[in-house]
Amino acid sequence: MKSKMLKINKSARSSIITVGMILIAYIICQALIVTGNMSNLLQNLLVSMCYYAIMAVSLNLTVGFLGQLSLGHAGFMCLGAFAGAIFSKCTVNAIQNTFIRFTLAILLGAVVAGLFGIFIGTVVLRLRGDYLAIVTLAFGEIIKNVLNVLYIGYDSKGIHLSMKDAISLNLEDGGIVLVKGAQGISGTPRDATFTVSVILLLITYLIIVNLVNSRSGRAIMAIRDNSIAAESVGINITKYKILAFSISAALAGIAGVLYSHNIATVQSSKFGYNLSIMILVFVVLGGMGNLRGSIISAVLLTLLPEYLRFLRDYRMLIYSIVLIVMMLYNWAPACVAWRNKLSSNLAAMLKKSKKEEL
Amino acid sequence: MEMLKVKNLSISFGGLHAVDSFSITVNKGELYGLIGPNGAGKTTVFNLLTGVYKPDMGQIILDGKNITGLSPVEINKAGIARTFQNIRLFKNLSVLDNVKIGLHNNYNYSTISGIFRLPSYFRTEKRMNEKAYEILEVFGLDKEADILSANLPYGKQRKLEIARALATNPKLLLLDEPAAGMNPAETEELMETITIIRKKYDLTILLIEHDMKLVAGICEKIFVLNFGTELANGLPQDVLNNPEVIKAYLGE
Ligand SMILES: Nc1ncnc2c1ncn2[C@@H]1O[C@H](COP(=O)(O)OP(=O)(O)OP(=O)(O)O)[C@@H](O)[C@H]1O
Ligand SMILES: [Mg+2]
Repeated sequence: MKSKMLKINKSARSSIITVGMILIAYIICQALIVTGNMSNLLQNLLVSMCYYAIMAVSLNLTVGFLGQLSLGHAGFMCLGAFAGAIFSKCTVNAIQNTFIRFTLAILLGAVVAGLFGIFIGTVVLRLRGDYLAIVTLAFGEIIKNVLNVLYIGYDSKGIHLSMKDAISLNLEDGGIVLVKGAQGISGTPRDATFTVSVILLLITYLIIVNLVNSRSGRAIMAIRDNSIAAESVGINITKYKILAFSISAALAGIAGVLYSHNIATVQSSKFGYNLSIMILVFVVLGGMGNLRGSIISAVLLTLLPEYLRFLRDYRMLIYSIVLIVMMLYNWAPACVAWRNKLSSNLAAMLKKSKKEEL
Repeated sequence: MEMLKVKNLSISFGGLHAVDSFSITVNKGELYGLIGPNGAGKTTVFNLLTGVYKPDMGQIILDGKNITGLSPVEINKAGIARTFQNIRLFKNLSVLDNVKIGLHNNYNYSTISGIFRLPSYFRTEKRMNEKAYEILEVFGLDKEADILSANLPYGKQRKLEIARALATNPKLLLLDEPAAGMNPAETEELMETITIIRKKYDLTILLIEHDMKLVAGICEKIFVLNFGTELANGLPQDVLNNPEVIKAYLGE
C-alpha cells in the first residue's frame, strides 16, 4: 500500500516539475520584458512558442499515447484559427470585454476542431500505420484547400458563403467580407497575449496529463501497447481511439485560435503538411509520450531558426543538421548508453565529494 | 449446470480445416484440459470462443446465452476472459496499470471527471487500486506493482496476464499454455495458484497445455484435439490410456 502512494506521487511530481518550469520561464520572460532586456525578435516569438508547444503536446496524445501516426494535425489548427477569428471579428463590437470574447473564441475553436476530429477520426481510425498517416495528411490538405477558396461575408440578411469570389457573395451595400479566399482573414483583434498563451499551454498540458492518468487514458495506452489484448479485456477500441483523436484535435484548435489572434492576417496556406510534419518532429524529438519533452523541443525549435537567420542561405541546412544531431543524441543507443554512463559517473562523483565533506 | 456449451464449431483458413465440428460442454466450476499436438487447432478454438475469429459454422452458448458471432469486447463483457500463448501484456505500463485496465468495465467514472479530477475520480481510483492490489497479492505480484510489466521475469509475466484476465471478473477463464517456458518449480507453483483462484473467484476454467502429466494432475476432464477434430474426450485416466491418443502423441 505504501508503494501505491509513491506511484501517485511520482506522476504528480513530474507534472509539478513541468508546470513549475513553465511558470519560471514565464516569470523570467516577464522580468526581461519589464526591464526592457528582451529583444523585439524574441518578444514576437513568445506567443508562437506557446501555440507550437500546444500543438506538440496535443499531437503527442495521438502519436505518443494512442500510438497512431497522424500527419494532418495542422488542419485542426487551421479550423480553430478560422473559427476563432470569424467569431472575434463578428463580435468585436457586440462583446466589448476582451476576456469574455476571447474565452468564447477559444471554446468555439476547440469545439469546431474537436467536431471535425470526431468526424475524421470515425472515418480514418480503422486504418493502420502508413495508411492512416496518408489519409490524415489528405484530410489536412482538404481542410487547407477548402478554406483557401472559401469566401464568407455577412450583411443584414445573415451569413453568405461562396467558393468563387467576393462578388458572388451578393452582399448588400455595407455588408462585410470576413474571409477572402486565399487572402484569408485580416483585422482579427490581437487578443492573444503572452500571459493568456501561457495559461492555455498550462491548461492543455494539465488536460492531457490528467486524461492519461485516468481510466480513459489507461484504455488509450492499452490500445497502443496491444490492441488485441485490450479488446480481450473489454476495451472498446473505436471509442477510445476517437476520444483521444478528437481531444487532440480540439486542443490543436485552441492553438489555432491563439495563432489567428496573434497575427495580422490568417491564411490557410500556412497550415499545410509542412507544418504538420514540423509538429511531428517536435514530438519525436521530445519523446513519444513525453509531454515535457514536447514542450521543450517545440520552444527550442521555434527559437532556433530565428536565431540562425544570420546564416542566410545555410539556415535550413544547419537547422536540419541540428535536428539530426539532437535526434541522435536523444535516441541512438550508443548515445543513450554514453549519457547513462555519464550521469551515473556524475552521481558517483557527487556521492564521493559528499563523503569527503563529512 | 452448463457454463459453456459449444456445438459443431468450425473454421477453415483457405483449404485448411483448422477446427472442424468442435463440440464440448464445460460444467460450472470445472477445470477442463484441452490438449493436442502442435497445430491441432487449440489456440484457434480459443480465438473462436473469444470472437477474434468468426466461426464458419456452429454455436457457442455461455451460461445459457448465445454469444456466437459477438465481438471480443462483447464476449468479454458476457463473461469470458483469456490469456495468450505468446504473452500480450501492455508492455509500457506498470504491473498495477495492467490489472487496472482489466478492471475497466467494472469500475466506471467519466472521462470528464478524470480530466477535471472530480470526486468520483478519486473515489473510484481508490477502489480500483484496492481491488487491483487484492488480485496482485493472490499472484504474489503486489511487491512489483510499480514495475514496468515488460521488466518482469518471464514467469511473472504469465501470471500477470492471468491476473489481468481475472480483473475483468469472468465466469469462464481460458488459459493458453500458462506454464509454457516455466521451470518445474514455477509450474508447480502456478498450478497451485490456479487451484486457489478457482475457488476464490468461483471460476470455470478451460486450459490448453502440452504437458499431459501436468494436465492429468489438475484437470477433471480432458479433451484431445487432433487436426482440428475430437480425438478423445472424458476423464483423465480414460483419455490418457486411449490407444488413439497414445498413437497421436507418440507418432508425432
Ligand atoms: N489466422 C490464420 N490464418 C491461417 N492459418 C491459421 C490461422 N490461425 C491458425 N492457423 C492454422 O491453423 C492450425 C491450427 O493452429 P493453432 O494455432 O490453433 O494450433 P495449436 O493447437 O494452438 O498449436 P500449438 O500447440 O503450436 O500452439 C495451424 O495449422 C495454423 O497454421
Ligand atoms: Mg496454440
